[in-house]
Amino acid sequence: MADHAAAAHAHTPGLRHHFVDMDQQRESARLGMWLFLLTEIMFFGGLFTGYAIYRFSYPEAWRLASHHLDVALGAINTGVLILSSLTMALAVRSAATGKKQLLILFLIATLVFGLVFLGIKAKEYHDKFEHHLIPGTTFEAEGPWAHQEMLFYCFYFAMTGMHALHMIIGMVGLLILIRMSMNNKFSPEYHPHIELFGLYWHFVDIVWIFLFPLLYLIGRHAA
Amino acid sequence: MSTSNPSPNDRRQHYLNAAYGLRSWLLTVDHKRIALLYLGSITFFFFIGGSFAVMIRMNLLTPDGSFLQAETYNKFFTMHGLVMIFFFLIPSIPAVLGNFLIPMMVGAKDLAFPRLNLLSWYLYIIGGVMALSAAALGGVDTGWTFYTPYSSTYSNGNVVIMGVGAFVAGFSSILTGLNFIVTIHKMRCPGLTWFRLPLFVWAMYATSVIQILGTPVIAITLLLLAAERIFHVGIFDPRIGGDPVLFQHFFWFYSHPAVYIMILPAMGVISELVATFSRKRIFGYNLVAFSSVAIAMLSFLVWGHHLFVSGQSIYAGLVFSVLSFMVAIPSAIKVFNWTATFYRGSISYDTPMMYCFGFIGLFTMGGVTGLLLASLAVDVHLHDTYFVIAHFHYIMVGGAVMGYLGGMHFWWPKITGRMYPEIWARFAAVIIFVGFNLTFFPQFMLGYLGMPRRYHAYPAEFQVLNVMSTAGASILGLGYLIPMIYFIWSMRYGKPAPPNPWGATGLEWRTPSPPPTENFEEIPVVTEEAYDFEALARRDAAALRNEGELQNG
Repeated sequence: MADHAAAAHAHTPGLRHHFVDMDQQRESARLGMWLFLLTEIMFFGGLFTGYAIYRFSYPEAWRLASHHLDVALGAINTGVLILSSLTMALAVRSAATGKKQLLILFLIATLVFGLVFLGIKAKEYHDKFEHHLIPGTTFEAEGPWAHQEMLFYCFYFAMTGMHALHMIIGMVGLLILIRMSMNNKFSPEYHPHIELFGLYWHFVDIVWIFLFPLLYLIGRHAA
Repeated sequence: MSTSNPSPNDRRQHYLNAAYGLRSWLLTVDHKRIALLYLGSITFFFFIGGSFAVMIRMNLLTPDGSFLQAETYNKFFTMHGLVMIFFFLIPSIPAVLGNFLIPMMVGAKDLAFPRLNLLSWYLYIIGGVMALSAAALGGVDTGWTFYTPYSSTYSNGNVVIMGVGAFVAGFSSILTGLNFIVTIHKMRCPGLTWFRLPLFVWAMYATSVIQILGTPVIAITLLLLAAERIFHVGIFDPRIGGDPVLFQHFFWFYSHPAVYIMILPAMGVISELVATFSRKRIFGYNLVAFSSVAIAMLSFLVWGHHLFVSGQSIYAGLVFSVLSFMVAIPSAIKVFNWTATFYRGSISYDTPMMYCFGFIGLFTMGGVTGLLLASLAVDVHLHDTYFVIAHFHYIMVGGAVMGYLGGMHFWWPKITGRMYPEIWARFAAVIIFVGFNLTFFPQFMLGYLGMPRRYHAYPAEFQVLNVMSTAGASILGLGYLIPMIYFIWSMRYGKPAPPNPWGATGLEWRTPSPPPTENFEEIPVVTEEAYDFEALARRDAAALRNEGELQNG
């Protein structure tokens, strides 16, 4: 039995020593990734909960503060991220069908879309700085809700900042995957890194899909 | 079973002699070696946290608190709480015994993600170093609860370093829990169905669920707190409409379930001990297994009982009170099933079983006083008094630490391949039990009489009870040193341990002590229920017969 298992290991590249077979390894990795995403949901969940409580308490402040955000830039970024999710899904597909050139191409495309997103985000942050909308002593807002508008911007920066941090980590991941793909590390049978990274990337996109309406689109239908 | 061989460990390859040198330990991915890395580091932190407790008790010997200044006292009780909770209790049983045992109990060669396991240890160490540097740079005086706005605005301590240290250590806890869940789901050996798992594995599964669902919330909370402190503005800041009580909600959303991260693994250990030393299958196996899951689920619904006097709405208070009472149901199920297992069991009084009895008594005390605190009106009187201190020390020290020590004695022969000296161990167990009660029982009375927690001085009429408590703490401290000494002694001079010194049923006892690096020579196949002592007796008899035939033939 032990010899048999050792023989199976020798013939299966990528199978780590403590797993019985490839199926067990693949399922473990998948479950691990989903559990990790669950922890991420709880992590962002704290921010979303705080946001919900204060929005319920200060709806008018939230509406006013939201109007200082640039909907056009936010919408473009939403489109960019959805496109990056598409190219990521195509990258997974290319890995599964063994098309190495396409795989590398789609990974690079995903990376480029990620860069575009962060570039636009940086522009928005810069605008907020110019308009004195960074919470702190220089924050400028008028009216009875000025303080609570600052609270909104605390959430804006905490939530988009945490999202951007996840994007940056994701882009480091993409660079590693591009390098691994160039070094022929993947085959149609063995490409768990691509598949699991895809889950992470889609998760980060979905967070944005929630952030965009919650931050940018408050009370727009009334205006 | 080569028990006739005086020292079988010298020649045989096992995980301890598979490689030598510091590098082989610091870069190991073997779950058993990582468990020992944790054992060393949590013991270190236990004695750090303990020395803060010594200072606290020294100061409370006299009513005027002449030993420490008030500010120093604040820093010491804060560090005591932070170190003991984040760097000893939370990792204690999961990271040491869970790490060592879960792969063996499910018949696997390792955890699902061995490198992630090593990363968890490094994260723990980084967090620990940050906590110690926060202490060395001047300490933190917020209490372990970090309540805003004191922590975010007014405190002069190193809140950011300490908070980030707890944040990093939290990821260690998250990744360990994730690793355990995947291992329990995917790495079970053939025949090992969910309802054949040892109850320790069920308890660790429930614990891991809390770790991965709760810890991320404290992580984001501590980050927001650190940001608020650094930028002088943030979401808990009342000056811009923020709500400091929201911090308390976020904090306790993790930190109440964290209490169950500490006690559930101990309950798992106790289930193993009760079955083994009664030589009986646990009465109501399914109920005990499900009660762990029930505790994990309820744990997320009771955090508001820490906020009864924080200005929370009375209706929320009512709901949280009722839900808190409900936690008593699965907890009582466990206690009743353990005691029912004793009935007509063949009980032996080895050291692990002594800790087990200690656990059941002290946990029951701690649990029942918890019901008093969950009652709205009573809590108004008892909130922030020594009654609360006594209550949670009965759970965490009387419960979790007793369970941890019981487990350490039970599995020590498996971990090191050596027996500890039984007489000394029983003596220490009694000393710890006596010292513990003398330390904390007077605190119930002090709290009931109205002595508030976290003050460095107190009215003179409380002195007698405080002196009793300090005397008890001295006995308790001595009690903790004795096992430390004989455990280290036994690693070299202890009697070599056979594979199954207690006649226990788990898979971990079917492999030599200490186990080989790959845990089992052959992947085991399970054909029986957990705690099937008759099947164990049949297997032993068959093994004896085979040996006899081999010698005769």
